[in-house]
Amino acid sequence: MTADAVIEAAHLTARFGTNTLFRDVSFTVSRGEVFVILGGSGCGKSTLLKLMIGLVPPAEGSVAILGTDVWSAEGEAKLALLKRIGVMWQQGALFGSQTLQENIEMPLAEHTSLPREARAEVARAKLGLVGLSEAANRLPSEVSGGMLKRAGIARALALDPPILFLDEPSAGLDPITSAGLDELIKDLAKSLGSTFVVVTHELASILAIGDRCIMLDKAEQGMIATGDPRDLRDHATHPTVRAFFRREAA
Amino acid sequence: MSFDSRREGDKVVLALTGRIDTVAASDLWSPLVKAAREAGEAGVIDLRAVTALDTTGATLLLTASGHGPKIEGASEGVAAVLDRVRDALAAPRPKPEPRLPWLARIGRGAIGLYHNTMDALAFLGELLTILMLTLLKPHRLRLREVLRFLDEAGTRAFPLTILLGSLLGVILAFQSAIPLRRFGGEIFVPSLVGISLMRELGPLMAGVILAGRTGSAYAAELGTMTVNEEVAALRVMGMDPMAILVLPRVLAGLLVMPILALLLTLSGLVGMTIIMGLLGFPLVTVTTQLQAWLSLKDMLGGLFKAAVFGLAIATIGCRSGLGAGRGPRAVGDAATAAVVGGIVAIVLLDGVFAVAFERLGL
Repeated sequence: MTADAVIEAAHLTARFGTNTLFRDVSFTVSRGEVFVILGGSGCGKSTLLKLMIGLVPPAEGSVAILGTDVWSAEGEAKLALLKRIGVMWQQGALFGSQTLQENIEMPLAEHTSLPREARAEVARAKLGLVGLSEAANRLPSEVSGGMLKRAGIARALALDPPILFLDEPSAGLDPITSAGLDELIKDLAKSLGSTFVVVTHELASILAIGDRCIMLDKAEQGMIATGDPRDLRDHATHPTVRAFFRREAA
Repeated sequence: MSFDSRREGDKVVLALTGRIDTVAASDLWSPLVKAAREAGEAGVIDLRAVTALDTTGATLLLTASGHGPKIEGASEGVAAVLDRVRDALAAPRPKPEPRLPWLARIGRGAIGLYHNTMDALAFLGELLTILMLTLLKPHRLRLREVLRFLDEAGTRAFPLTILLGSLLGVILAFQSAIPLRRFGGEIFVPSLVGISLMRELGPLMAGVILAGRTGSAYAAELGTMTVNEEVAALRVMGMDPMAILVLPRVLAGLLVMPILALLLTLSGLVGMTIIMGLLGFPLVTVTTQLQAWLSLKDMLGGLFKAAVFGLAIATIGCRSGLGAGRGPRAVGDAATAAVVGGIVAIVLLDGVFAVAFERLGL
């Protein structure tokens, strides 16, 4: 792993039974960049993310985050690794019986020795970062889809992890809310120096936030492009990559 | 990370060094806030030696500076994080819920109860209307669905019903034989247990089984459908959820309960017969006693009650599910309401039946 690389994925293959989603996918993610995993529906983007955060085991290959192999780490080493990543789930995955503020306080209570009033203040700051201060006392069922996504980011930020994984952050959102979320991701990456790994197929988001990207393809069962998304849009020669960036039927 | 407090002239310098991240902030929170409070306006939080800052660290520094000390010496990167968190904390806080006076709270509760009652009556009215329409046009009834629910609520509950019924018979026979033996009255155990099971305990216990197994399942299933907007989708497609979702379940509850009550009663009588055998009473004595004390009226009364209990439990289960709020918690609340509501309803109805049967001389 190079000095600047925070994630190194090597020769990853994902397989469910006899169905191979992708094979031999390798890439590195550098500190402070917004790295986008893109591709059409069903190509294995979310599976690759789950494989990176230790939820789905790879059929072959390995993933190292901050120098720790995700799939061989156990016990304290695994816990230390998990505290250094934050995940925003596609549907928010907030706990329905807790308010937004309580959702953010929960990891703070579990993993820090902050006093109760400090946890409340820190949670309020995280909600403020995503523009949800006024909704702190609401339950997840009482807020809109866009607010749920932003609350999901706030919870992912709870422990200020250096790496954040976002699964389809702008899916299902209106263009204005989606653009607001993109701005937020860029601001956080710039001001906090966090590394973002974003799974999405929203073209506008990819071009707005992505420093670098890889593209997966269902037909080729693997990675078909890597690089700056704007370069891929302008110069890609692979027909699927061109079709994706030019919104053409393949 | 380290924290040092020193006096420089009339200033109190609170100097921080190293990386102020979440872990460091956890350790520093209480001592730094305390020192900042003591220093007040004379304090200075010196960040010249701070190399990195995260948002939790920034929250700590801003909380400490809120007690009076000024923040000085932040590098460009540290200042950027401080500015962002300062903006975040400056955002308006949620408005506190106004606390109503007690009279207003009672009023709100009464209005809620009124609306709830009206909703329940509307639900019953809608159900009766659908039932009438289905009687007029029986081909509209989704018979396959009724059979599916009969299987789920009935045949799949048979093992549990037989187990609980036989155990109930054993316990009742054993417990009543002990005091009756003192008066030489063990012979009356079959009549005591038989009447108890047939008139009261059979329908009641079967009702508890139906409420726990089926009422909660109806509420959870319909609650999930409500939360996932499947019920709304049915309405928008011009299909009546009452006819499609509720009526088959309610009919299944109505039809299955007498069978469960009868099965539970018969299982209880078998359990009682085993205990009587162990006490030295032959089968013929037990059957003679049962024939002498039990009548068809007892059985039909019990089965009628059971049918009404089934109707109530299924209706309450369906209404709890369709009335579920939003989110996964709503499904749990609906299931709880179905079980509690179902059990309370059958106990209340049992009381009503007891008075009615007594007045009618049944």
